[in-house]
Amino acid sequence: MKMKKILVISLLAVFGVYLTEALFKLDFGRQFFQQGVKDFYLVTTPMKLQVANVVTAIVVNFRGFDTLGEVTVLFLATTAMGSILYKGRHQLGERAVLFSGSRIVTTGSRLLFPAIILLGAYVFIHGHLTPGGGFQGGVIIATGFLLMLMAYADYSVSHIVLSVVESLAGITFATIGLLGMLHGGSFLQDFLPNGSLNDLLSGGIIPIIYIAVGFKVGAELTGLIYTALNEKD
Amino acid sequence: MIYYLILIFFLLLLMIGAAIYSIVQKDLLYAVIGTGLISLVLSVLFLLLQAPDVALTEAAIGVALTTIIFIITIRNTVRFEDEVYQKKPSKTEAK
Amino acid sequence: MNFTLFDLKIIEYSFFITAILVIMIGLYGALVKKSLIKVVIGLSVFDSGINLLLISVGYITSGTAPIFSPALVKDMPLTLENIKKLSAGMVDPVPQALVLTAIVIGFGVTAVALSLVIRLYRHHQTLNIDEIKNLKW
Repeated sequence: MKMKKILVISLLAVFGVYLTEALFKLDFGRQFFQQGVKDFYLVTTPMKLQVANVVTAIVVNFRGFDTLGEVTVLFLATTAMGSILYKGRHQLGERAVLFSGSRIVTTGSRLLFPAIILLGAYVFIHGHLTPGGGFQGGVIIATGFLLMLMAYADYSVSHIVLSVVESLAGITFATIGLLGMLHGGSFLQDFLPNGSLNDLLSGGIIPIIYIAVGFKVGAELTGLIYTALNEKD
Repeated sequence: MIYYLILIFFLLLLMIGAAIYSIVQKDLLYAVIGTGLISLVLSVLFLLLQAPDVALTEAAIGVALTTIIFIITIRNTVRFEDEVYQKKPSKTEAK
Repeated sequence: MNFTLFDLKIIEYSFFITAILVIMIGLYGALVKKSLIKVVIGLSVFDSGINLLLISVGYITSGTAPIFSPALVKDMPLTLENIKKLSAGMVDPVPQALVLTAIVIGFGVTAVALSLVIRLYRHHQTLNIDEIKNLKW
C-alpha cells in the first residue's frame, strides 16, 4: 500500500520531468513552422469553400470521414451502455428519480425547455458561420431533455422516435458521402455550389452534414441519459 | 494588462485546486462537483486561448452531461469512498 | 494587447505547468485509488489536462479566433493577399478540431466505463478493486 504510492509518485515525477523538458523547448504563443498545414486550411477555407468558421471546415469537410467515425463511436457507446445496463422492460414511473420537482421547478423547466431547444437548433444551423456546430447543438438539445426528465417523474421519451431520428440522420450523412462519390470524386466530395462568404446558404455540403450530425448527437445523448436515468437498482 | 494576468493566474490556480480536491475528497458527490468545476474553468480558459468552438463543447459536455452521468452512477452504487473498504454481506447469485 | 517579454514567459510557464500538473494529479488518482468511481474521476481529470495542453500549444500571442466573421472582412475584397494578411494573426485551428473530437469521444468512454462500474457493483456489492478478484462474471 505504502510502497505502491511511493512507486507511483516516483514514476509520475520522472514522467513529469521529461514532459516539462520536452514542452519547454516549444515557444508558447509562437508559430513553429514557416509554412504549415495551418496556412493551407486558413487560406483555402474562405477562398474556395466560402466558409467563415475554419474549425467547422476542418471537422466536416477536410476531415469528414473522421467525423463519420466519431459519430459511429458515439452510437456504439450508447448501444453498449444500453446493453450493459439492460434488466428488462421498464414500467412507467420506475425511475431512479421517483419524485417530481416542486411547482417552481416544473414551471421553470417548462418555460426554459423551448428556449434551450431553440438555442441548440440555432447553434447547429449556424455552425459554419459562428462558433458551434452539430456536436455542440446536439449536446445542448440533450441538456434540455435532461432538464425535463429531472423535473418530471413521469416525463418519458419514445425510444422508437429517437432511433428513427438517429437512423435518418445517419443515413443522410452516408448518402451525402455516396452522392459525392457518384458525382465523380472521393467519399464526401463537395458537390454543391459554395455560395458566398458569411451567407447562411453557403459552404456546399457542410450545413447539411452538420444539421444531420446535430440531430444524430441530440437523439443519441438523449437516449443515453434516458437509459441511465431509468436504471433502478 | 495586469488584470488579465491576475485573471489567468486565478483560473489556473482554481483548476489545480479543483483537481486536487476531486482526487482527495472522500465523499464522491463532492468529488464529482469538483470535476464539474474543472470543466467550467477549462471552458473559460479555452475562451481566453481563442478557441470558442472548444469552449462551447466543453461547457455543454463537461459541466452538464459528465456530471449527471457520474451522479446517476453514485446514486446507483455507494456515495462514500470508505464504504468500499468494509465488506458487505455478499449476494453472489445475480438478481 | 502588447505583452512584454517578462509577461510572456510567465504566461507560457503557467499554462504548461498547469496542464502537466493536472495530468499528473489525474494519473495519480487513476493509479493509486481503490474505488472504481475514483479511478474514472481520475481518468476524466487526466483528459481535461491533455485538452488544455493541446489547445495551449496551438495558441499564438494576441491572435484571434479562426473565424472570418463579417466584422473582420467588412470592407476588404477577398483577395489572396488580404486573406493571408488576416490569417497570419489567427491561432492554429488544427488542435482545436482535434480537441473537439477528443471531448466528445471522452464523454462516450466515460459513459461506458460508468455503466461497467454499475454492473460490477450489482454483481459484487462492492467497488473496491482489491475485492473484485474473479474475472468471470
